[in-house]
Amino acid sequence: MGNDVVVVVEHDGGVVSDTTFELLGKGRELADAWGGRLVAALFGEPELAGELGAADVVRFAAGAELGGYCPEAWEALLLNVVESVGARLVLIGTSTVGMDLGSSLAARWHAAPLSYVVALRADGDQLLATSQIYAGKLLADLRVTAPRVVVTHIGGLLPSDAGRRAGSPAREEIDPGVLGSLKSAFKERRVPDGGGVDITAAPMLVSVGRGIAGQDNLELAQEVADALGVPLSASRPVIDQGWLPKPHQVGKSGKKVKPKAYLAFGISGAPEHLEGMRNSELIIACNTDPSAPIFDVAHYGTTVDLFDLLPELAERLGD
Amino acid sequence: MLALVVTRHILGGMGSAQIAVFYSLAVIAIAVFFYGMARRVVKYRQGRALDRPWLRGPGSGVKGVTARPSFASAAGAVLTNRTVRRRKPLVGWAHLALFWGFLGLLAATTIVGVDYDIYGHIITGALQGHEKTFLTGWFYEGFNLVFNAAGVAAIGGLAVLLVRRHQRSEPQLDYTRVDVKDGGYSRAKLVAGDMLFVDLLMAILVTGFLVQGLRILSEGFPSFEGWTWMGWFVAKALSVAGISPDVAFYLHGVLWWAHSLMALGFVAYLPYSKAVHMITSAADLVATDPGPTRRLPALADGKPGYTSAADFTWKELLDFDACTKCGRCHEVCPARTSGGPLSPRDLILDLRQWLNSSRHIPTLLETELRSETTGPAAPPDAEPAGDVIRQETLWACTTCMACVEACPVGIEHVPTIVSLRRRLVDQGKLEPTLQAALQNVASQGNSFGKSARMRARWTKALDFTIKDARKEPVELLWFVGDHASFDERMQGLSQSLARLLHDADVDFGLLYEAERNAGNDVRRVGEEGLFEMLVESNMQAMGNASFKEIFTTDPHSFNTLRNEYSSFGLEVRVRHYSQLLADLLDAGRIPVAPLGTKVTYHDPCYLGRYNRITEAPRRVIRALGCELVEMPRNKDNTFCCGAGGGRIWMDDSHLEERPSEMRIKEAGLLAVDRFVVACPKDFAMYSDAAKTTGLDTSMRVVDLVQLVEEAHVLAVRDTARETAGMASGANSGETETS
Amino acid sequence: MIAMRIVVPVKQVPDLVEELELNSEGSDIDREFVKFVANEWDEQALEEALLIKEAVGAQVSVVAFDEPDVDQTLYTALARGADEAVKLTGAGDGWLSTAERSRLLAQWLSGQSYDMVITGVQASDDLDGQLAGTLGGLLGVPHASVVVGVEPGSGSVTVTQELAGGTVVRTEIATPCVLGMQTARQAPRYAPISRIRQAMSAGGLESVEAPGEATGPTDGIELLRLYPPEKAGRAEMISGDAPAVAERIVEILASKGLVKL
Repeated sequence: MGNDVVVVVEHDGGVVSDTTFELLGKGRELADAWGGRLVAALFGEPELAGELGAADVVRFAAGAELGGYCPEAWEALLLNVVESVGARLVLIGTSTVGMDLGSSLAARWHAAPLSYVVALRADGDQLLATSQIYAGKLLADLRVTAPRVVVTHIGGLLPSDAGRRAGSPAREEIDPGVLGSLKSAFKERRVPDGGGVDITAAPMLVSVGRGIAGQDNLELAQEVADALGVPLSASRPVIDQGWLPKPHQVGKSGKKVKPKAYLAFGISGAPEHLEGMRNSELIIACNTDPSAPIFDVAHYGTTVDLFDLLPELAERLGD
Repeated sequence: MLALVVTRHILGGMGSAQIAVFYSLAVIAIAVFFYGMARRVVKYRQGRALDRPWLRGPGSGVKGVTARPSFASAAGAVLTNRTVRRRKPLVGWAHLALFWGFLGLLAATTIVGVDYDIYGHIITGALQGHEKTFLTGWFYEGFNLVFNAAGVAAIGGLAVLLVRRHQRSEPQLDYTRVDVKDGGYSRAKLVAGDMLFVDLLMAILVTGFLVQGLRILSEGFPSFEGWTWMGWFVAKALSVAGISPDVAFYLHGVLWWAHSLMALGFVAYLPYSKAVHMITSAADLVATDPGPTRRLPALADGKPGYTSAADFTWKELLDFDACTKCGRCHEVCPARTSGGPLSPRDLILDLRQWLNSSRHIPTLLETELRSETTGPAAPPDAEPAGDVIRQETLWACTTCMACVEACPVGIEHVPTIVSLRRRLVDQGKLEPTLQAALQNVASQGNSFGKSARMRARWTKALDFTIKDARKEPVELLWFVGDHASFDERMQGLSQSLARLLHDADVDFGLLYEAERNAGNDVRRVGEEGLFEMLVESNMQAMGNASFKEIFTTDPHSFNTLRNEYSSFGLEVRVRHYSQLLADLLDAGRIPVAPLGTKVTYHDPCYLGRYNRITEAPRRVIRALGCELVEMPRNKDNTFCCGAGGGRIWMDDSHLEERPSEMRIKEAGLLAVDRFVVACPKDFAMYSDAAKTTGLDTSMRVVDLVQLVEEAHVLAVRDTARETAGMASGANSGETETS
Repeated sequence: MIAMRIVVPVKQVPDLVEELELNSEGSDIDREFVKFVANEWDEQALEEALLIKEAVGAQVSVVAFDEPDVDQTLYTALARGADEAVKLTGAGDGWLSTAERSRLLAQWLSGQSYDMVITGVQASDDLDGQLAGTLGGLLGVPHASVVVGVEPGSGSVTVTQELAGGTVVRTEIATPCVLGMQTARQAPRYAPISRIRQAMSAGGLESVEAPGEATGPTDGIELLRLYPPEKAGRAEMISGDAPAVAERIVEILASKGLVKL
């Protein structure tokens, strides 16, 4: 049994995700503490290995199909990696990949899974973790004594710089024979049409949630956004209702944003949403429920009705 | 010889062939009439039986709210056109003139028929061998005097109605659909049907007088025909116009046939056209019951909502046939006026056309044409809820009851709409926000989705404890309702009311977390199962409590507790807090100082219209020394805020202008300081509307309880000042009305 | 042709509308006090299964363990259109971890024929992984999570998964398979109370002995403490009415140089 830490590299459109770098940083820390290696598991897009300098080893598999993500293929590859390197800890972001692979890998590799981890540190030879539970209403401190652990870690909580290091890790290709008998076939990968909107590049965002209550009410928020000259963004319920197109979504399954100011209206602050915006430089939240979790990450908050506030703001910002 | 006898010759100057033709046509016309009527009657008999006692039954009407329907009151309504004249005096009186004029002419024709055919041909002719007439002498003169008046009344009344129908300038006579914006339909036949009806009737009446005038002219103005004053006048006019007696004699023959053919045609046409309302509307006024709108019918045979043509009751079938397209419901409907996709008139007309075509009831010019088989042109096996009447149309209704109230012929739109909504709910066809609200009510017992345990949290801010009626007996049980319990804007109002009652030593208590949404709106949404569940919960909670009476904050809760819970065994008196406050003020139990401000008062639909509670809130306002300026539409004619019938849980952003905004603008013209409401939903809707319209700067939306509290605080302060220091005496108390 | 069978495992979770109270040891929430409701993602799973049933025909079986108020959830599923509701009893009356739940379900499923297992992508009390992935791993069948679309084919299904940033991937997966549903193609349908009551009086709930008992939490993970997060970073609340708040927000933005006053 080894002491290696494996980080699953997530990438989209040739870009390694921030969460991956966060986890590489954390993995580096833990691998150093335990005297193990940090192994980056990179499936598809082998040329991204150059960015993974924080790792000691990059285990990679090439293949255009892999780049699009196919759960069964990734699982087979990851299982091969963890079994061949002598891993004791696998780190994945709490993303689609993490949900897919974290749980099944734990089942097949006979490891203990930990979900929604928000903090992780070595305690001697053991691992201490903190997990969110009940949509963030409670936290659980956990001591892990299991010899093998698969952690899915919530993104956006760790410094990503720690994982962005120069280095020249060994590159080892995984035997393609691992993918011999798959029952799944990748069909296509679709990137949503952004409609020219890139909410990640905006200096400020006016963001709306369930509290906006109807598509036509978006106009109120749009007026404020127009006055500021910035795009409108939204939390998942608004997108699911079809009130705004997908590229406007902030959160785990949407975009991660870090604007200079994030103005949240009628967003209660589900963990999935907070993950996408908590690193904004300034967060101002408006929600009639004073106990809404959004106020835990916001710098300023108000409980006035958004239908009252938005017109007032539009008026003041419009001049 | 002719001139010697004071009478006229029936079918004078006609050959036996012509007479035979006339009688044959008459027989055919009457046969066609009876066939048409029989088809209608058969249709009603196929309608589902009423699950309510009809007319004078113990469950009809609503005790203490409306009179129990009776034949006498129905007959009164029909004969006086009371419901037609209500709120529309010109049209109403015109209709009354036509109504009685028509009845008079019908009587005249009947008398002539009896005289000529029965008395003349049979009794005297066949049996005694010599035909006689009783239409002679003074009787003939009186007959003409009276029935000329009837004809003139009919023409006068009809003229008003005819001009209105032709002009079609009033919004209620505009047949443009509000639910189909992109065309694909034609209602030209409906318009043509309306025109045919009034024009044909007018032509019959006018030719009648012309025939009479021509006869008098051709007969050389026999002196006794002076009693036939209008006919005489027409004859004189024709004579002045240069028509000679000979020409008149010829024209008389022609016009007589024209008049007779039109009259016979009218008889035949009646059951297939708009004219059938002469019978169906009167019948519907007899059958109508003010009860079911206030106390919705239970599920028919446990079946959740209407799924086919067979589910409509005979009363509903009669309702649909009774509609005259007067458009009063269309005019007053808050959904229609605010740009929503519902016109109660069109809902009735669509169901009528679809049901009639499904049952192959022959009609004339009573159909809307559609390019597709939708709406009224839907196939017989279509779903009434969804296919015939669109979902969004059914959901647009606020159940404010303005349509039922305005309908002059006794159509009950609201129970029909709810029966159709029940089907949509059963199929899960509801919009997400409504679904969420119902799910909240099902799981938490309130529409806010808050924990049931938080229901009485607003009481924590009080410096006394409200009794728990489940633990100790109380005089009055306060049924607070969801909005007044959970909505932060309304919690302050509940606290104010609690303090006033506490200060007035009223013995009252709450059900605390055991109270559930009363279910009025849930029921009107069409979620009958959930309503029953709520009733069971509330009845159980009330069963565990000890109290003598109930009062509510919410007029909607009030309606269901008062009118609907009795079917589930609730037997105590239920009052609205405005009634309680009025009584307490009258009894001097709440000391108040006069406010001296100018206010208007908005009657909540479920209080003013549904339950006819209009005086209590006004008593309160007067007791506070306020000057009350009435809204143009008030009491039972109040205008809905748009929140009722579950609309508060649905998206209203598609409306052109919210009903609440229209209403608050109506108040804005009155130059008052306060807009007083007595319903938590109104408070929410109008506080918003005042802001959106900018009227909040000149007029404040206040609840009745805030007004009372203000006057009470003032009184307490004055008393304190008087007792504290009367040394200065200079400060005579400036009244603050911030 | 034998219709497809879809198994939908559902579970009860604490109603997060309620305040969660901890037990005296701080080791768990107070399960006596809390109210339990259906896991919202399981409702998405059921909706997708029902949509498939309506489109191509399928037998939909809902399965749950004997958890507080689970009968209500199962009857609601029947009212919505599920064909069968199975309650697995005797697995213990405490909280079942994902690992235990998956192990017992895998055993039960081994005696069943099924084409798809569709369950919620997650549950608010998942601490040791999500059901779909774990079950897929244990059964050794393909699986996919964060699924937003399922197109049944013959011997396979094409699933749409949502990745970060709104990117979606479509993968054809051989059946049997396990899917973790994020969002069904339409919002879960409303279950009218009358239909739920009908289902209850029809009594279509099948109680089956669970294939084993819970054996306690996952080996090697010890819960030290359960606690609400500190509210240290709480927002500074702006008081006043809407105009005052708007004024203040503009000031704040201006102070950061984001807008000009």
